[in-house]
Amino acid sequence: MANPWVLFLLVPLVKIVVILGVVILLAAYLSFFERKILAYMQIRIGPNRVGPRGWLQPIADALKLFVKEDILPSRAEKFVYMLGPVLVTAPALVVFSVIPFGTGFKLFGAEVTPYLTDVNIGILFILGVSSVGVYGIILGGWASNNKFSLMGGLRSAAQLVSYEVPMGLSVVTVLLMASSLSLVKIVEAQRNSGVWFVFPGFIAFFIYFVCGVAETNRNPFDLPEAESELVAGFHTEYSGMKFAFYFLAEYANMVVISSIATVLFLGGWLPPFPNWLAGVWAAPVFTWIPTVIWNAGWFLVKMFAFLFVYIWFRGTFPRYRFDQLMALGWKVFIPVSLVNLMAVAFGVLLIGGSR
Amino acid sequence: MGDIEAVKPFPDSEEMEISFGPQHPATHGVLRVMVKLDGERIVDAKPIIGYLHRGTEKIFERETYNGAIPHTDRMDYTAAATNNQGLVGAVERMMGITVPPRASYIRMILAELQRIASHIIWLGTHALDIGAQSPFFYTFEEREKILDLYEEYCGARLTLNAMRVGGQPYDLPEGWAARCKTFVDQFPARIAEWERLLTTNRIWKLRTVGVGVISAESAIEWGLTGPPLRGSGVNWDIRKVFPYDHYDEVEFEIPIGAHGDTYDRYLVRMEEMRQSVRIVQQCLARLPEGPVMAKVPKVIKPPKGEIYFSVEGPKGELGYYVVSDGGANPYRLHVRPSCFINLQALPEMVRGQLVADLIAVIGTLDIVLGEIDR
Repeated sequence: MANPWVLFLLVPLVKIVVILGVVILLAAYLSFFERKILAYMQIRIGPNRVGPRGWLQPIADALKLFVKEDILPSRAEKFVYMLGPVLVTAPALVVFSVIPFGTGFKLFGAEVTPYLTDVNIGILFILGVSSVGVYGIILGGWASNNKFSLMGGLRSAAQLVSYEVPMGLSVVTVLLMASSLSLVKIVEAQRNSGVWFVFPGFIAFFIYFVCGVAETNRNPFDLPEAESELVAGFHTEYSGMKFAFYFLAEYANMVVISSIATVLFLGGWLPPFPNWLAGVWAAPVFTWIPTVIWNAGWFLVKMFAFLFVYIWFRGTFPRYRFDQLMALGWKVFIPVSLVNLMAVAFGVLLIGGSR
Repeated sequence: MGDIEAVKPFPDSEEMEISFGPQHPATHGVLRVMVKLDGERIVDAKPIIGYLHRGTEKIFERETYNGAIPHTDRMDYTAAATNNQGLVGAVERMMGITVPPRASYIRMILAELQRIASHIIWLGTHALDIGAQSPFFYTFEEREKILDLYEEYCGARLTLNAMRVGGQPYDLPEGWAARCKTFVDQFPARIAEWERLLTTNRIWKLRTVGVGVISAESAIEWGLTGPPLRGSGVNWDIRKVFPYDHYDEVEFEIPIGAHGDTYDRYLVRMEEMRQSVRIVQQCLARLPEGPVMAKVPKVIKPPKGEIYFSVEGPKGELGYYVVSDGGANPYRLHVRPSCFINLQALPEMVRGQLVADLIAVIGTLDIVLGEIDR
């Protein structure tokens, strides 16, 4: 460890590999959990053939998609058609570079942080990068040269653009409370002030989460891929690995939205109720657990709570109609989030933020 | 509503023609709808049918009267019992056969269970089309119980072939009536469960209230029958206006809607299931003893002449027009299909609405392509 370059290059590389692997596995297993949970909600059993209790199902699915014929429609715009899945998947994965899963810890005497980097404009980075994903969807829908795909792409573009606004506004309320754009600082602000931002910002939290469901094209906002209307929406023509990329991106985006919600509103890696339960968390049973696992564990628990709600939505709600979706976004969420932003700003002015 | 110009904000905008089906997840089989779209708005729609044509009416002419019954099963394959009921009823009236009361009551029980089963399929698929996945599974669980009852009675679950000219081929198996009663007694609680999921659901109401509206006048003009007609507020049910079997002896109500929209048709069908439960309960309580088959000649040869007889199927009026030349095969056997005629109102119901509404309207018309194409 004498050469500083080793640390500078090797550590981030290892982290990238670990994060990518974890995220892709997480997305794959999310599809498994979804199928299982949905199945139990619908009095079915769900996948249970591959491996013990179906635990290898996502692996089998991925393998199947790998070896499937990759059909290129003869009248598709070939380059754009191939670019679509890339544009959708890459941003979904890149976003994870700034999401903090815990605090720094010592490994072989060196200080290691369980996140790739802490950018001081982290949340802006996330919003910016994840917006690129829209291009993948609309370009993929257009390049397929299929009317159903085109309609799916158009719906998706309109939907993502309109829901990004209230989502951004609700994120701003958190920034006001935390006085920082860095995700690590936001979590630390919640630790220092002793209160998670979900409590003072519950309206922002609600709007953020609903918009997040809309951003990921999930039920009840799954219009771009509404099966009963548009067959499969923007990815009707995609098969094999290209379809797998769209699939991966959708689930990775769900993980992204849930992770950000965890960081912004639920105190990231912090254990719940630090004020009341501080004694409990200090008990030897818990302190024995290594910090990194302890933190990442809480992070995952909160994230999966969100993901469960996603799946729960899917099992419960019918689908919105296109005009109703737009009306909800522009006439309800944007005004409400604007008013909420003003209210929170006044609150921060009077009571004072985290500082 | 029929004015095409009124729904087109930019007269020079390019319209998109899109073909929904015949291979489409939500067209309930092989229906094809050519839709002219302006953005998401439907300018015009045109159902194209015939992908499931099997020449059933021509096949009837080759078959004996009892031999034609299995072919009726395959028309509206979700409502085999009422299909059978219509054909045997027509032939019995031609020949002047009086069906033994026990057989008649068994027919009513089978027909009302069939109505429930058909409405169950409608509810599950309709909800699935609108985006609610789970009701599909909850409803099909109940349908299984009905199919089990059918299987026990006649061996078949879907294509029942459960009635004969002159009565019923079999008496009820031992304990069947009790099991049927257990089912109908617990069933209203399940309807309430589904209603909790949908009836007051905000999104469900947004998607169905005011969608696919058809006025009472135009419903009558189009010749709609069944729930689409009653949803528009017309009190017309063959079971009440021209009672057959013993429908005049049991108590039940005909639910009607007020606005003629998808939501009203939904409420009408939900209530019809409850009323069917009432009818089955009364039939089980009154079920007389006695034979299940009248004395009929071995070869059924209705006298020369013609007859039109219709029953209230789950989807509307199902009529049989039988022309006999005195032989063992019908000279002509025409079916008045409920789905085919109900489907004709589709363009009027969707014009000016959005793509998503087209799917909702196809669902609410509750069509079965087997009966439309025959």
